[in-house]
Order: sequence, then C-alpha cells, then structure tokens
Amino acid sequence: MNHLRLPISPDDIRRLKVGDPVLVTGVLLTGRDAAHKWMIDTFIKKTRVPAGDDLQVEQAIRPLLAGGAIYHCGPVVGGLDTQDYRFLAAGPTTSIREEPYQGDVMRHFQVRAVIGKGGMGPKTLAACGEAPGVYLHAIGGAATLIAQSVTRVLGVHKLDFGVPEAMWVIEVRDFPAVVTMDAHGESLHAEIEARSAERLAQLIGA
Amino acid sequence: MLDLPGALLELIRLTSTDLPPDVEAALHQARAREQLGSAAAGALDSILENVALAREKSSPICQDTGTPLFYVRHPAGWSPRQLREQIRQAVAAATKKAYLRPNAVDSLSGENSGDNLGDEAFPTIHFEEIEGDDLTVELILKGGGCENVGAQVSLPDDRLNAGRDLEGVRRIVLEAVQRAQGQGCAPGILGVAIGGDRGSSFAASKEVLLRPLDDVHPETELAEFEGRILREGNQLGIGPMGFGGETTLLGVKATDLHRLPASFFVSVSYMCWAYRRRRMVAHGDDVSYS
Repeated sequence: MNHLRLPISPDDIRRLKVGDPVLVTGVLLTGRDAAHKWMIDTFIKKTRVPAGDDLQVEQAIRPLLAGGAIYHCGPVVGGLDTQDYRFLAAGPTTSIREEPYQGDVMRHFQVRAVIGKGGMGPKTLAACGEAPGVYLHAIGGAATLIAQSVTRVLGVHKLDFGVPEAMWVIEVRDFPAVVTMDAHGESLHAEIEARSAERLAQLIGA
Repeated sequence: MLDLPGALLELIRLTSTDLPPDVEAALHQARAREQLGSAAAGALDSILENVALAREKSSPICQDTGTPLFYVRHPAGWSPRQLREQIRQAVAAATKKAYLRPNAVDSLSGENSGDNLGDEAFPTIHFEEIEGDDLTVELILKGGGCENVGAQVSLPDDRLNAGRDLEGVRRIVLEAVQRAQGQGCAPGILGVAIGGDRGSSFAASKEVLLRPLDDVHPETELAEFEGRILREGNQLGIGPMGFGGETTLLGVKATDLHRLPASFFVSVSYMCWAYRRRRMVAHGDDVSYS
C-alpha cells in the first residue's frame, strides 16, 4: 500500500504505476464541472474577466493545487444551516466530463493528482506525463465509506455554484483509491476499452 | 390519519440509504466470481462495505442521489395534483435532512434551487389510476453518471449491421454497454425498451427497472434476450468500476412497445450498481415498505 501525503513530489508521482492502491492524506480541493469551466474561462483561456471574488478564490486555491490534488466530487454536506460543515456522502463523480479542461488545469495550477471515477482520455494522460501527474480512481458510489476518510471540512469556495459544484477544501486521511493512469503513459482505461472493443467485435461479428 | 408526507419522507430515506436485498445479494454473488486480490474484488468489497455502513448510519449510499423518479398508482378519487404537492413537500424535507443532495439546477442560469424542487419535471412523477384501495408509490433514485451513458438508436444502424429485429437490438445494446465502460458505475443494470417513440421508449426503459432483479420475463423471446445480453455483456470484461473482471452487468430488463412503421427505436437506460429503488404501499392508515 502506498501512502501519499499532499503535496506530492514529482519523484513520488513517478514511482506510482497503474494498479497501485494508494491512501491519500492531506488537504485537497473538490472541483467538478462548474469549477473546471470557471478556471479555464477566467484564468487559462481568459475568455471572461474576473468578477466578484474570482481573484481572491484563485489566490486561495493556488497553493492547495500546486503539487496537490483535485477531487471530482459533489458531496452531500451536513451543517449547511450553521456552516458547521460535515461531509456525509462524498464519492467521486464521472471524470470524463472534465477531459476538455483537465490537462490545461493540471499544467496551469501544477496539479499532481486528479481523483475521480471512470478514468479520463488522452489529453489528461498526456498532461500526467508532463506534470508529472496521476489519475487516482476512487470507488464510485461508495460515498458514505469515502466520507469516513474526510476528517474535516476546512472551508468552501464558490458556494453560489451550488453544494455539489462548489469547491470544498477538505482534510482527508487514508482516502482510498487506485492508480489507473500514471506518469509513464499507462492507462488501465485505455487497455480495458481496447480489450472490450475486441470482444464486442467477436460477439457481433462487426 | 395517514401522514402521507411523513410516509413519503421515509420512502425517500429508505431508498437513498438502504440498498434493496435483491441488489445486495447480486453484488455478493458478483464478489464471489471475482479473482481474489484483483482490483475488481477490491472494488466490490468497498461497495459492500459502503452499503452496510450507509444502512447503519442512515446516510446516502451515493452522494449523487440523482433524479427522483416517482411512480404513483392510486385508487379512484385521489387527486394527482394533491399527491404531487405532498411528494414535493417530502422531497424538500428529505433534502433538508441530507437524505438527498440538492440536485435541481436551472439549465439557463445554472442556479441550484437548493431543495431539489425544479419545474414540473423535477422530481419526475408518473401517475396511474388503478383498481382497489391501496396507494402504491415506487421510487427510483437514478444518478447522473449512469444517466449520461444511456443510449437511443433508430434501427437500422449500418455501422453495426443492425437490422430491425431482435438481433439488431442485441447489437445496439451490447455496443451501449461497451461504450459505457465503467463510467456508469458498473456493474450496471440495463433497462431496454424496444419500439415506441423517442419519449415513450426512454420512459419505458426506466420504468422496467422497477422489476425485481431475479424475475423472469413472461414472454419467452424477451426472457431469452435478457439472459443472452446479461451473459454476453459480462463477456466484455469491463468489470466493476471498469477495472476489468467477470461482472459488468448485474441484470437486464427488457420491454417492447408498439411503434410507427417508420421508427424502430432501441432505448437503453443504464442503472448503476447503487440501484436504489423502493416501494411503499398505503392501505388505509397502514404503510408498509419493501
């Protein structure tokens, strides 16, 4: 078992191979559809001018992302009324929707680990090679179990995106995941997809 | 007197936090088929541990509590308008209690309503008047990951050499499973509708998911079709979470609808392993759940 402490060094990232189980400990940020679009539009492609608290939020998340991890997750959160936030259910969401953005976000913010489910495509795999970075697959749907590894909610940015889409700053301890894309160009997802395509062709004779 | 909003709140709590026994049993069987120490076996271990923990803590099995799909069968004389109002009350209350995640997003403004109440179609509620005195409400919580990998194709489809017959349907459905990979949280359950128009076809492909996992379709042709897709889907080797393995599908449920001469739709609704569906029956003031 590999214990990964955030932030992660490039050497530690390069040591990880597809198939390795890992336990992640440290402070990380959740971010999914709205967050990725916001980062790309406001700070990377700059197709919109920063407004409201955009610049403050960027300053706040930059040190967390540098060498750190972003988690594709839209949690169920308790304590919304009192702001005494607790993650009640916090499994991964499907990562492939961030494929158009993820590689650029990794390069811009020096993100080293992307946590989600379902895997990602060639653009993210290329960014994993450069960053260097890894994709860590959490167990989809295992939300109450995964919430146990979230020890504290330290804060939240862009709550106006809605609870699922906000960027939550969380402290995790022994968060369980499996490396399914590594910094050496290997992807379990590409392998399974190719193999299942062959079997499909055999089954339907196409 | 029957406290219907309270009874409906319990239906939502149960659906979100307590996986039905037939699904849990199928997951245990899947676990037994996977190789010891494999990623697939590890995934199923975590899944089963999570199912037990969610039940014990009365906490959502999955954070994506999905689109609430209600199927209401009511005796004559009940008002669907009032029932809708009571269901909406229960959904908002369940969101406040964190059994449901606020999921209703305005498609134009991007604003989340915060209480899971959107327009008329959110939550989705189907009404049907039936004989007898019992009120039956069934609920499916269907997450977005699996909803996104659903498919609809109009036959014939030249790419797959799929014609307007059950063999053509088979090709389309197997391709949908292959394209879904692990994205829909495999192992999944397929709802397949053959025929209808685009709308009725997709609706039927969801409603068929109300059937128990271990039932057998009364029509031999469709019973054989379901068995074959289940067997062949599992031969694709996608496995739990798309990690590779023996179990890609836990079940296949199919139905057929009349269609126009010009249209032959095949609709596939993919349900994730967190196959959250529960039933409530109100008989007078007595309410039972299954």
